[in-house]
Amino acid sequence: MISEHLPVLQVVVPLLAGPVCLLLRRPSANWALAASVSWITLAIAVALLVEVRRAGPIIYQLGGWAAPWGIEYRIDHVNAFVLLIVSGVSAVVLLFARASVQREINNRRINIFYTGWLLCLTGLLGMTATGDAFNVFVFLEISSLATYLLISLHPDRRALSAAFHYLVLGTIGATFILIGIALLYMMTGTLNIVDLAAHLPPVAQTRTVAVAFSFLVIGIGIKAAAFPLHMWLPNAYAYAPSAVTALLAGTATKVAVYLLLRFLFSLFGPGLSFEQYLLDKILLPLAAVGIISMSVAAIYQTTAKKLLAYSSVAQIGYMLLGISLASVTGLTATVLHLFNHALIKSALFMAMGCVVYRIGTTQLASMAGLARCMPWTMAAFVAGGLSLIGVPLTVGFISKWYLILAALERGWMWLAALVVITSLLAVAYVWRVVEVAYFRHRESCAEVAEAPLSLLVPTWLMIAANYYFGVDASLTTGVAGRAAELLFGAAP
Amino acid sequence: MTGLAIAGLNKLFSAVMLFGIYSLLSAALFVALDAVDVAFTEAAVGAGISTILMLGALALTTSRQRQISWHRHGSAIAAVSVTGAVLLYGTADMPMFGDPLVPALTYVVPRYLEQSGSEIGIPNIVTSVLASYRGYDTLGEVTVIFTAAVAVAGRLGRYRAGEDGPVPGAGMAHHLILRVVTKLLLPMILLFALYVQFHGDYGPGGGFQAGVIFAAGFILYGLVFGLESVRKVVPPSVIRILCASGLLLYAGVGVVSLLLGGSFLDYDVLAEDPVSGQHLGIFLVELGVGITVAAAMISLFYAYAAYKGDTA
Repeated sequence: MISEHLPVLQVVVPLLAGPVCLLLRRPSANWALAASVSWITLAIAVALLVEVRRAGPIIYQLGGWAAPWGIEYRIDHVNAFVLLIVSGVSAVVLLFARASVQREINNRRINIFYTGWLLCLTGLLGMTATGDAFNVFVFLEISSLATYLLISLHPDRRALSAAFHYLVLGTIGATFILIGIALLYMMTGTLNIVDLAAHLPPVAQTRTVAVAFSFLVIGIGIKAAAFPLHMWLPNAYAYAPSAVTALLAGTATKVAVYLLLRFLFSLFGPGLSFEQYLLDKILLPLAAVGIISMSVAAIYQTTAKKLLAYSSVAQIGYMLLGISLASVTGLTATVLHLFNHALIKSALFMAMGCVVYRIGTTQLASMAGLARCMPWTMAAFVAGGLSLIGVPLTVGFISKWYLILAALERGWMWLAALVVITSLLAVAYVWRVVEVAYFRHRESCAEVAEAPLSLLVPTWLMIAANYYFGVDASLTTGVAGRAAELLFGAAP
Repeated sequence: MTGLAIAGLNKLFSAVMLFGIYSLLSAALFVALDAVDVAFTEAAVGAGISTILMLGALALTTSRQRQISWHRHGSAIAAVSVTGAVLLYGTADMPMFGDPLVPALTYVVPRYLEQSGSEIGIPNIVTSVLASYRGYDTLGEVTVIFTAAVAVAGRLGRYRAGEDGPVPGAGMAHHLILRVVTKLLLPMILLFALYVQFHGDYGPGGGFQAGVIFAAGFILYGLVFGLESVRKVVPPSVIRILCASGLLLYAGVGVVSLLLGGSFLDYDVLAEDPVSGQHLGIFLVELGVGITVAAAMISLFYAYAAYKGDTA
């Protein structure tokens, strides 16, 4: 009986846990609730993916009303995969969070912190699972508000201004998305995404639909931190609590990119998106410029967390590059990189969390010679850094392999070369941290010890996932390939 | 016009007042468009509670805006103009206003209008769409409000008894007229809130508006008689519990319907026959909405009124 309700339980379990968490007064109880709920959602996500791979898309009608009158959840290969990413990252990072949050967050606000975490998870999962355009907006609001809260809970004053900056830009993004959805409703009279796709062709030539398209793309672009709409991201990542950065880096932008895929392919369809609105022609140069400029910007950072944040914007560029190739292989690369980059960045930001736990900052100057004092932490950073660069046997390699394949398929040698050259830029910024931590002199390790096991184990767990899915990529490439075919096949 | 005046003003206090007028005018516009429920919400939320909350925010900061020269706004003005131009461009192909054959009215809506009576059985179709057909969206909206309340209360810090924030502990209790009028108004406000809450099935209204009106009653009491006295009536800890339990009630209805063999938020299974099940379900979720909204608004007021600087 439970199994048929899995799609809604995926979202409602953390939603119910949120208010309960607020009422619990003991920090350990807050953490235990959040962590156990997050692992339950991971189990549900795995069950859903298994079921989708076995029997195809799952449709769940909320309130028992059939779409388009009611709201339906529609889980296929694409969003089952994203659900797995979100709940998996949250589950592992929560193991990490207990000690890290205890150190970084005021003890009296811990119940607020974990309530915010659960609500953020609810919003992200809800946006991913739903098949209704307005429902996307509602859960987008939940996750956004919770994210602003989580960032602002860091005691550093700069976290407040970073959160406010993100709040302003995020609200503009959400409003743009809402305007886009409202215009589509006006033209078709429905909010269900599959139904919208069916009713769009007769009005596809109107200006109103074109405006709706541009509002949706720009709004989602802000949430995804797509270059040049990424201004909020570096500070938000750099000043958020360590565990929150690891969560956001692995989930928030990934869900936004998923939404972009869903709207571009499932709703508007590749014909409209690319042949009529020529989005691929706009996206391609923006993505290329974004990757290069943000990688260069990363090299010049003086804080390791900010360096990784700029690198995140560059990595999102790779995902957009995959979309702009407008082919099944390119899309496979995008979906794969959603998963792979989530593993890479959450592992790296957890390693940075270990550093913050011991020395309170990720200023490169303060990290001189740190590898001698914290060998396991810095080894994790190097292992994750190799994956970020895209060395064979890591997940980063798999993403770039598919991206290069897709570029060659189109006969664009220069694009394949661009992917290789920007990987060298990644070598440069990863090396900046490695050079400081391994080859600079440090007086003594008297006051800096290795991070505790409760931080190291989750970090290495995520690193291990980087290498496991790098060696045996059959599951991820299989699902991503099928997802890409579905997105293209769903075209009207 | 009011909107332009707001943008041009430097005095934030007057801007807030104009916002209130702006909301009231929009509410009148909505009435003219026959959207009574939306108008009611706009009046209660836009003109009522958000004005009070913005005044609370002003009391915490300052009521004057720093002078910023025009050319620093250049890129912002450009971005806004482009957005506005694109929106205008998009209106060109929109269906005509008042045309009964537009897709928005001919596709999904007729089923709501024709079937709502037999499937749900309450006269106010807006309520049946919000609470049943698209009840899951409304659950999401309540979660948004809950999140916002948690965020503001969590961010602004704790309430400590015996210390005065921007709202003095004694309030304005020395104003005799204010005191008497408040005492007269208060029962009527609360009664009206309850009416709006439970009459939402039949006329305009429902949990959102009722919650806001209910909260407005308490906030009025707090403004006049002081924060301390209203805290004695409803302590912050009670508010926190109420805020969570409203949301839990709503989601709990969903879980119960799920356990009874329906899908999530399927009220049909809550009672013997579907129509009374729908009645019960809508009643309970509207109650959940009302509780969470009222508690969230009061907790926002507490957070502003008791703020004593950052304690992080």
